[in-house]
Amino acid sequence: MFKFIAKRILEAIPTLLVLITISFFLMRFAPGNPFSTERPLPPEVMENINAKYGLDKSVFEQYTTYLTNVLQGDFGPSFKYKDFTVNELVASALPVSAKVGAAAFVFTLIMGVGVGTIAALKQNTWIDYTIMSTAMIGVVMPSFVLAPALIYVFSIYLGWFPAGGWLDGSFQYMFLPVIGMSLLYVATFARITRGSMIETLNSNFIRTARAKGLSYTYIVLKHALKPAMLPVVSYMGPAFVGIITGSVVIETIFGLPGIGKLFVNAAFNRDYSLVMGVTILIGFLFIIFNTVVDILLAAIDPKIRY
Amino acid sequence: MLTKKENLDAIEKFSENLEIEGRSLWKDAQIRFMRNKAAMISLVILTIMVLAVIFLPMFAEFTYDDTDWYALHQAPSALHLFGTDSLGRDLYVRTLIGGRISLMVGVLGALVAVLIGTLYGATSGYIGGRTDRIMMRILEILYAVPFMFLVIVLVTFFGRNIVLIFVAIGAIAWLDMARIVRGQTLSLRSKEFIEAAHVSGVSNWKIITRHIVPNVLGIVAVYSTLLIPSMILTESFLSFLGLGVQEPMTSWGALLQEGSQTMEVAIWQLIFPACFMIVTLFCFNYVGDGLRDALDPKDR
Repeated sequence: MFKFIAKRILEAIPTLLVLITISFFLMRFAPGNPFSTERPLPPEVMENINAKYGLDKSVFEQYTTYLTNVLQGDFGPSFKYKDFTVNELVASALPVSAKVGAAAFVFTLIMGVGVGTIAALKQNTWIDYTIMSTAMIGVVMPSFVLAPALIYVFSIYLGWFPAGGWLDGSFQYMFLPVIGMSLLYVATFARITRGSMIETLNSNFIRTARAKGLSYTYIVLKHALKPAMLPVVSYMGPAFVGIITGSVVIETIFGLPGIGKLFVNAAFNRDYSLVMGVTILIGFLFIIFNTVVDILLAAIDPKIRY
Repeated sequence: MLTKKENLDAIEKFSENLEIEGRSLWKDAQIRFMRNKAAMISLVILTIMVLAVIFLPMFAEFTYDDTDWYALHQAPSALHLFGTDSLGRDLYVRTLIGGRISLMVGVLGALVAVLIGTLYGATSGYIGGRTDRIMMRILEILYAVPFMFLVIVLVTFFGRNIVLIFVAIGAIAWLDMARIVRGQTLSLRSKEFIEAAHVSGVSNWKIITRHIVPNVLGIVAVYSTLLIPSMILTESFLSFLGLGVQEPMTSWGALLQEGSQTMEVAIWQLIFPACFMIVTLFCFNYVGDGLRDALDPKDR
């Protein structure tokens, strides 16, 4: 087991390097730079600026400097927000995204698995049909349609929740973003859970357990739930990626001061170092999370060899 | 990455049965598909939708960029079927034109993804050995890259060009395709007709394009149908952030973005594009599911 974990972690290193390289060269070969203005600066001033941000050295030199800095956890100064380093900007935005994202992820898992299990246990009854047709709507409803719809109903029409803002993440302000972010994945998890639960409940070992005279609740909780969770766990990786990506839209709509909004603003401002920093950070999170999911899968499923 | 796990599984199951069934599978599949009411209805709706977005704007009274300062934020009426937007442009025509762009990006993006994915997967699977290992390793590395973020970077830095969007979106989505096709190719590789071609001196490239690719087309077809809605979603995602198509051109995502900003005064600007988009996504999903069920003999 230890060897497997070590191997998975070692495998993540080249991925990270490729990510850093791609984002670096994408930025460098992009036309224009953050200092290109309508009225060109005097060449002497431009030279000083370039020297300050290391833009006067050769591309290769810039790349190696950047790489060593990043590996030490230093993403450099922001090109747009003067007097701020990328680390400071990310540090102020990350807690917001982490709080909303974690709430959305937990909500997704509990709701999705719960609803899916209920649908599977009540298979082919009106409960099942209602849940599954609602889930189908959830699957095709993109977050940028859902979020405005939520605002329209709950903020403008009913007036229950504020339409945007953060206010240190009080429940009122978190509610709509979390729902908007997670509904698609609640629906997807419900569909996956229902499918695999039905398959598990039809398998031989469940029949044996029932023949032994165990109670139905006991069988579902003790015997069926664990094997039925396999596809759910393996979908956790893509769901995590989706929730993070979706946060770009949700944070823009609800005006949350999180990573997603920071990223979009940075991209509009051509803030090289900030955009690169955020991309690398997100990639890093993806890699960690996928590794955790793989290890979890190996722990649950005795058939996976490591 | 962009498709559901269950779909991938089903496609793989279908593939295992493909060789045994032989030619009659296609006829079987067609019959099964025709019996699937949800899929058939969706197919009809999709056909109507495609014809509508292509031809209806030609017969409309307005064009998509006609502004009318005396008709800002007008509610739906006989003149403006879906009302007007904040610049007095007719929303009916704009929704249709936006649909044209969204569907086009969806289809072209899927095409790019299918093309790259099929060739990559077939090459990797057919050549095998060390090449295969390296190519799969590259794929694994690419899986961990946050592509949505890279696309946003790409679009902001290299200009908001619709062609670039096709290519960028297509380039994200080929990874799954490559995996599926590689799996297929591995099982095809040891077949007699491939060996025969090899012995008679056909080049690797010719074998891949002439023998391997046509034989994996079934799965590719299923997968492409499921890919189109996710391409449309990706394009709308970019347009919603203001990084997609540029004014006065529009797409469903761009219309939704405008609509969500004015929904307090003009809710129809959000509702009409949203309905069009959701109906289309619904139909593509049902057709994809139908195709999958029809081509998956296990489910009979």
